[in-house]
Amino acid sequence: MAMPYDYEDGHQQQSGPDSLSYDPSFVPDPVKSFVVHLYRHIREKNVYEIHQMYENSFQTLSERMFKDVPWPSVDAVAPFVDNDHVFCLLYREMWFRHLYARLSPTLKQRIDSWDNYCSLFQVVLHGVVNMQLPNQWLWDMVDEFVYQFQSFCQYRAKMKNKTEQEIALLKQFDQAWNVYGVLNFLQALVEKSMIIQILEQEKEGLEQFTATDGYDYNGGSNVLKVLGYFSMIGLLRVHCLLGDYHTGLKCLLPIDLSQQGVYTSVIGSHIATIYHYGFANLMLRRYVDAIREFNKILLYIYKTKQYHQKSPQYEQILKKNEQMYALLAISLSLCPQVKLVEETVNSQLREKYGEKMLRMQRFDDEAFALYDELFSYACPKFITPSAPSFEEPLVNYNQDAYRLQLKLFLYEVKQQQLLSGVRTFLKVYSTISMGKLATYLEVDEPTLRTILLTYKHKTHAVDSDGKISSNADVDFYVDDDMIHVIESKPAKRYGDYFLRQIVKLEGVMTDVDRVKLE
Amino acid sequence: MGREISSGGQKSSSSSSAGMSYTVEQLVAVNPYNPDILPDLENFVNEQVSSQTYNLDANLCLLRLYQFEPERMSTQIVARILVKALMAMPAPDFSLCLFLIPERVQMEEQFKTLIVLSHYLETARFRQFWDEAAKSRHLLEVVPGFEQAIQAYAIHVLSLTYQKVPRSVLAEAINIEGLSLDKFVEHHTANSGWVVEKGHVKSPLITLPSNEFNRPELKKNTADGVPFEHVARIFPILG
Repeated sequence: MAMPYDYEDGHQQQSGPDSLSYDPSFVPDPVKSFVVHLYRHIREKNVYEIHQMYENSFQTLSERMFKDVPWPSVDAVAPFVDNDHVFCLLYREMWFRHLYARLSPTLKQRIDSWDNYCSLFQVVLHGVVNMQLPNQWLWDMVDEFVYQFQSFCQYRAKMKNKTEQEIALLKQFDQAWNVYGVLNFLQALVEKSMIIQILEQEKEGLEQFTATDGYDYNGGSNVLKVLGYFSMIGLLRVHCLLGDYHTGLKCLLPIDLSQQGVYTSVIGSHIATIYHYGFANLMLRRYVDAIREFNKILLYIYKTKQYHQKSPQYEQILKKNEQMYALLAISLSLCPQVKLVEETVNSQLREKYGEKMLRMQRFDDEAFALYDELFSYACPKFITPSAPSFEEPLVNYNQDAYRLQLKLFLYEVKQQQLLSGVRTFLKVYSTISMGKLATYLEVDEPTLRTILLTYKHKTHAVDSDGKISSNADVDFYVDDDMIHVIESKPAKRYGDYFLRQIVKLEGVMTDVDRVKLE
Repeated sequence: MGREISSGGQKSSSSSSAGMSYTVEQLVAVNPYNPDILPDLENFVNEQVSSQTYNLDANLCLLRLYQFEPERMSTQIVARILVKALMAMPAPDFSLCLFLIPERVQMEEQFKTLIVLSHYLETARFRQFWDEAAKSRHLLEVVPGFEQAIQAYAIHVLSLTYQKVPRSVLAEAINIEGLSLDKFVEHHTANSGWVVEKGHVKSPLITLPSNEFNRPELKKNTADGVPFEHVARIFPILG
């Protein structure tokens, strides 16, 4: 189900403040109660209560009273919270997030939101924050920051219908959502929090971070550390939007994806991490790495999505789920390694993309159209980070970045066009001469030799340390002019099996011990 | 705590002015999102070319800065980065660089040529590659070590594929013939474990060194291994 590339997340309704019924200075009683209680809980560091209010009360009130209007302005609620500077920054962050989700922000509002993030991050970076906030909230801050940056770049790139007023504002506030600013804030959070060193030291038992889910039980604050941690994922995301997959993955290196971690403590962060990790590896031709991680997360979502049905992130979870199935379909069509995919995920995949995958593996014109369709549906919303040209004629260039990534991706697919033909024959023969295979493939021998070399090159991925590993499910070697197919024995994982059974037996014995005989 | 409107936390440490002087590698690691380091990165590209070294991270950093400020882009430097990336094959560095170069720049002649050269190498069309490279000497001569790097890539791909490769196939792949080829093969026989099999009618065979890709029996069956962490989890039970 390919969707048009330009689909913006969130509803596009009339811009809020012009709505007849909206008075920014009016504070309904439920809101007064909400901010007073939230303020108190933050001061008293009741993380659980904060989380409840943030996840549930805020959503309920938004649904009930602010379905298509903004919340009351921060100036109106400030008196109820002692005009606390930091609380106001937090409130404003939620205020803008609500605006972006339910309404369409004006340029002025986008700029104001940027200002708010600057102030909020500056406060955190100065290390004067003494709060403990739920990971969900801290993740949402980073996630929303990157999202608003992406949204701004898309908005800015559509110069064609900009009013004179908008152009004047853009020229005046050229620092707002500037790419340097965004990247440097994320980088600053990573550095100031010393999160990389903390994770390193944790491996040697000298620090506690993952074990406490990032929370500080020594009377301190978790805000800077956890924001720093999530900023690594933020950097991965921004680099993917720019098309720099190598650096993006580098930013993520301190996080060990083979383990649980703070990144798995919030489902949104877990999904964002794996989605971008998988996509980056796909573009780097490391298909096996992408397939492995997509498989794990898709299985996880399958098992746990029922628990998130009421959550405000549910729609996003489903969307990313679908996109990752599309990416998995692409990865497996380019690198058929069905053994890496778990039963449940495989059957879901067959249902959604089984037919398309068969056609994609034919590598004809129809196949390329399908690669195009799936890539366009599932890819990140690439951006052009540079400032716009204000010269006439004003054009829309918001599709440029996406078109380039798509073009280069399809170029790679085309280079792999002849490989599936070779694979088909290699699966059937144990040895075959060059001459014979050339005849079957209807090419001459020299051409066949280049095809075989291409097959080897494309199926042997190079990782960031220069190590070569084979992606191929069917492999071969050539002795002069004889091709010998290498049979890969299905690996029986006895070790894993025994480990599982040992743990299971232990569980049974513990249960039996607990039974009291009457 | 007054309200501070920041201009985006832009770091303004310049590379070699007052006091500390950072190496380019340090700059890229510590302060990569900084427009001031652009000249240092450009110089570093030229240094890589002349000293036959290579640093992907620094080059990607520069391409990003060009992306942020297209009016500062030097197509000559970009071309050099791309040639260096070609020399890094089989690593996918060339594609990584292309992802960061705007489409209209890629339409220029020199870049179209480089993309064609990369295409030939990616699809192992070595004869066409060397023909085209000969026509584009002006682009490639400026980067010393280019020929050797491509020859190393060619041998790499041959080693993945062949246990025994016909001499003619090798010759075409590395673009060396006659006496020069004899010398080349001699050198590798002495240093890299090549073995020439004489007495073959058409074209002598060269046995390439064994590796896990051209000799299946050498492939370590990693699937049987169990990571230590997994075993460690049952220590409480066993103990």
